[in-house]
This record gives sequence, structure tokens and C-alpha cells, in this order.
Amino acid sequence: MVQYLPILILLILAFGFAITNIVLSVLLGTQKPTPEKLTPYECGIDPVGSAHERFSVKFYLIAMLFVIFDIEVVFLYPWAVAFQSLKLFGFIEILIFVGIFLICYFYIWKRGGLEWE
Amino acid sequence: MEAYLFYIMAAVAVVSAVYLIFEKNPVYSILYLVMILISIAVLYLLLGAQFIAAVQIIVYAGAIMVLFLFVVMLLNLSAKEELKDALSFQKIPAIVMGIVLLSAIGIILRSKIPLGKQGEYTSAYVHDVGNTQLIGKLLFTKYLLPFEITSILLFIAAIGAIILAKRK
Amino acid sequence: MDKEFFIYVLISCIKILIVFGVIQFMIISMIWIERKVMAHMQVRLGPMRVGPHGLLQPIADGIKLLFKEDIIPERADKLLFVLAPAMSLVPALITFAVIPFGDKVQIFGYSVDLVITDINIGFLYIFAVGSLGIYGIVMAGWASNNKYSLLGGIRASAQMISYELTLGISLIGVIMLTGSLSLVDIVNAQAKLWNIVLQPVGFFIYAISALAEVNRTPFDLPEAESELVAGYHTEYSSMKFAMFFMAEYANMITVSAIAVTFFLGGWQGPFLPPVAWFMIKLSCCLFCFIWLRSTYPRLRYDQLMHLGWKFLLPLSLLNILITGLVMVLKG
Repeated sequence: MVQYLPILILLILAFGFAITNIVLSVLLGTQKPTPEKLTPYECGIDPVGSAHERFSVKFYLIAMLFVIFDIEVVFLYPWAVAFQSLKLFGFIEILIFVGIFLICYFYIWKRGGLEWE
Repeated sequence: MEAYLFYIMAAVAVVSAVYLIFEKNPVYSILYLVMILISIAVLYLLLGAQFIAAVQIIVYAGAIMVLFLFVVMLLNLSAKEELKDALSFQKIPAIVMGIVLLSAIGIILRSKIPLGKQGEYTSAYVHDVGNTQLIGKLLFTKYLLPFEITSILLFIAAIGAIILAKRK
Repeated sequence: MDKEFFIYVLISCIKILIVFGVIQFMIISMIWIERKVMAHMQVRLGPMRVGPHGLLQPIADGIKLLFKEDIIPERADKLLFVLAPAMSLVPALITFAVIPFGDKVQIFGYSVDLVITDINIGFLYIFAVGSLGIYGIVMAGWASNNKYSLLGGIRASAQMISYELTLGISLIGVIMLTGSLSLVDIVNAQAKLWNIVLQPVGFFIYAISALAEVNRTPFDLPEAESELVAGYHTEYSSMKFAMFFMAEYANMITVSAIAVTFFLGGWQGPFLPPVAWFMIKLSCCLFCFIWLRSTYPRLRYDQLMHLGWKFLLPLSLLNILITGLVMVLKG
């Protein structure tokens, strides 16, 4: 457990650094807000509507596919570490695993899930 | 020191969970959920389960929460929108289940924790071989079938995702 | 026991302060080097006024940013707007904790590893921390309440998750060869032969994915100024703006250090001391970032997604299978 202590120290240092930066810029910077300065930037014209628009479902699909594929990749890490002792057996296992993965991948491809038009 | 760390992280998790429920803005709720997941990852680390701790952050905090965030942004749920209590019939079961949960916690707190016989994989042994190495070895020999079934499960999940998103 | 523990903490603190300082120094000097190298590649002079050959330019920039007005837009979500730069910078700064930058050295009779900490899930730690960096960017985009910011943030996150996959898979080949997730073990295993010789495809995939992961040209779509003004940091000013830049440069340094550790032999090398070798290799990688920036035009978003999902992903899986096959055949 003691190996994780330096990470904690570094984390505290990094947080301290970030907070210091934020506080310093508030303390040192001049504050002269005007209504124009505080409007969202929209190339000079008055902002139209809210910025929190709904966006394309494509991003949602990418995130969903990422979750699924990320879990598959997570399974590959312990396999890769143990591979040298698993030898041929391990290779056949991962061949099946990646095989199913690839069938699924090409199905998604064929259904147009990877298209970005 | 580890005990202190446990109490701190457990407190962070519980407080974040309370904030998660009472926060009106869903984007904040998700950030509290990320906090909970990270503190649980630290708890795993304290238990010596390093691989699970890392995977907890990679998969839950790094992938699933990003998906949640996208959904919340996609639906554009803002704090101002009145969230109608659409599921009002849940109120009574919720109270009952809450009482059951609280009494279960009470019973566990009052009873002694049963300590079983120590198994084959003691924490010293796991530390020697390496947590990930051991998981790899066991997952691909003893628990091979569940592992391959997982791949089929993920396959189904992917097909479900694509059919939902690409419905004509 | 207590004395040993105290010394361990003390040595760790010293190492952390040194590494932290060196990273800060590298970030500052990278700003100057990038402007200067790009200028010379485009037959310009670059900054010349502040100090000899503009050497003091980054310091002048830093002081200027420090005294700039810190604007928080009226419609912004104030708390998240302030926290987002920190959420982006902190993960960028703590990733370096597991990267070995030198061999063991003897100082006052104590044997000191030149790595902040050697944990046996070092590789997973990098990915876990790296995957959290996304929140700073998405939150900056969302909290600004600006259309360009939101689009930039969403684009950045979709790009980063896409390339995180291939980034992870490209390094699995190296882990198969080493059989360990500890970065110290990975460097030690390369004493005779660098992994780039055994894993050229892995390195190729890693290099592209890393470039996309840190949003650098030709993958700098999240801040494509011709369409999105400045992307997720459009509304930011003063030190908060600087923090996003620091995070970007810190991430560049980290992914370069990972490339050095996994593929280029880490600190291994003849004649020169290990730390010098590490810094030389790191500098070469960082130079390539600048070189690529001044060579390639920006990709279109659909091209970016197609490259990641339709080319790099199957290629990286194929790379693992071929590596496995060769390892089985060779016994």
C-alpha cells in the first residue's frame, strides 16, 4: 500500500497548484465587468437562444460503442500479462474472444454504426 | 493510517451519494457519481484489489459516466425544468424498502462479523504474484466459461446499441 | 520501521518536487520552442524581442496572463466554469507518477529508484487517470454556456474516447512481451532490444492515437479555429485559459514519456547517464509533435472518426493476434 502514498502527495501538490492558479488570477487580475464582456461570445452578434442545444445522436452512439469495446479491452489486459504462462491455450482463448468481438464489429460496420456522414 | 483512509473515502462516498440524490442539476449529479466511483476505487485499492480498482475507474468513471453525461446533455435536462413525479406509485414501496435496508444495516452492525477459514489466496500471496497476473491466470483457466460468455454478452449489448440508434 | 518510513516519504517528496519542477520548466520551454521551431520551419523568425532570441517570451506571456481580467460569463455555470480547468490540469500532472526516468542510484547509502513510485498496475494507472481528463474538457464546454464551447467539448470527448481504445490496444503487444504492467519492468526488459523493433505496428498505432488523444494537429478539431473559434476554451481568459494550455503540454509530455518507456527503451542507452538518455528521447518525441504540426493540415471530423474506428481499431486487434501467434510459434 505504501507505494500509493507518493501518488497521494503528488495529487495534493497538483490540486494545490491548480487552486493557486485560479486564486492568483482572481487576486491579481483587474475586474471591470461590462454587460457586453459577460455575454457569451458569438462572433460579435447578440447570442441567440440557449447554448444547451440538443446535439446529434451520433455522439451518443460513439459513447455507447466505446463503453462496450472498452470492457472488451479491459479483459485483454490480464490476458496479456498472463499470456506467457498460458501459451497456446491462451492464444486459442483470445482467438475466440477477439473473433466474437470482430464479428460484432463488422456487424456494426455493415449496419452503418461507424459511418459519420 | 489505512483505517483513516478507509473512513475518509467511505465518508466521501456517502456524502457524494446524498448530494447525488438531492442535486437538482443532472450534470452535477453525474459528477458526484464520478466522485463515488473514484472513492470506491480507493476502497478496492485498500483491500489489495488493484486491478479491480483500476478497472473501476477506467470502465465506470471513464466510460460509462461519459455516456451518462452525453445522455444528460443530449436530452438537455436543465435544472429549471420541473421534474414531474411520474412514478408516484413508487413512494410507498420505496419507504418500505428503506426501512428494510435500515433494519438490515442495524442487524449487521449488532452482529459479529463471521470470519471464515483463510483461503488459498492470502493477501501476501496475491501481493507476491501480482494481482493482475493472478486474475489473468485464473480467468483464463478456471473461469474460462464465464469469460467467454461475457464476450457473447457484450456482443448482444453492441447489437442492442446499434439497433436502438439506427432504427429507421 | 518508522525511520525507514520517514525516509521513504522524504525521498518521495524530493522526487515529486523535482519531477514537478522539471515538468513545469518543460512546459514553459516547450511554448518557446514550439513557436521558434514552427517559425523557422515557415521561414520566419518567431519571437525575437523579449530577451535574446525571444527566450523570455514565455515568462512575459505568463505574467501577462496572470494580470489579465478573469472573466466569468454571466450565463455560465459559475462553479463548474471555475473548476473545469483544474479538472483538466490535475490528471495531466499526476500521470507522470509511474514513469521511470532513470536507473537506480545510490545517494548517501540509500538506493533510490528514479521513478516517483513503482506500482504493479502502472499501466492501468496511466489509463485510469487519463480517462478522467475528459471531464475537464466536457465540463468546460458545458459550463461556458456558449455554442462553440459545447460543440468543442463534445467533439473533444468523442475524439478522446475513440482514440483511447486504440491507445490501450496498441500497448497490449508490449505487455504480452513483458508479462508485467509495471513500467519499471517494461523498461528493464528492453535492455537488449527496444520494443519498437518487435512492435513497429504497435508503435505506429500508438503514435497516431497519442496525437489524437492530446488533441494536437492534425487532430486538433476540438479547437479548430476556422469553425469553432477556440473550442471548449472560447470563454476562458487569464490563468484559467493558461491552465488548459498547461494541461495540453503536460499531456504531450506524458504521452511522449509513455512512448519512450514502452517502445524506445526508456532510460536505456550507452555512454550517457540514464536520465540524459530519457530526456534526449523525450525531447525527440516532443520535437515530432511540433514537426507534425507544421507539416500536416487538419483532418475533417468524419475522416478522424473513420481513421480511428475503421482503420486503427481492427489493425491494433490484428497486431495483438499476430504478436500472440508469433510468440506461441517461437515458444
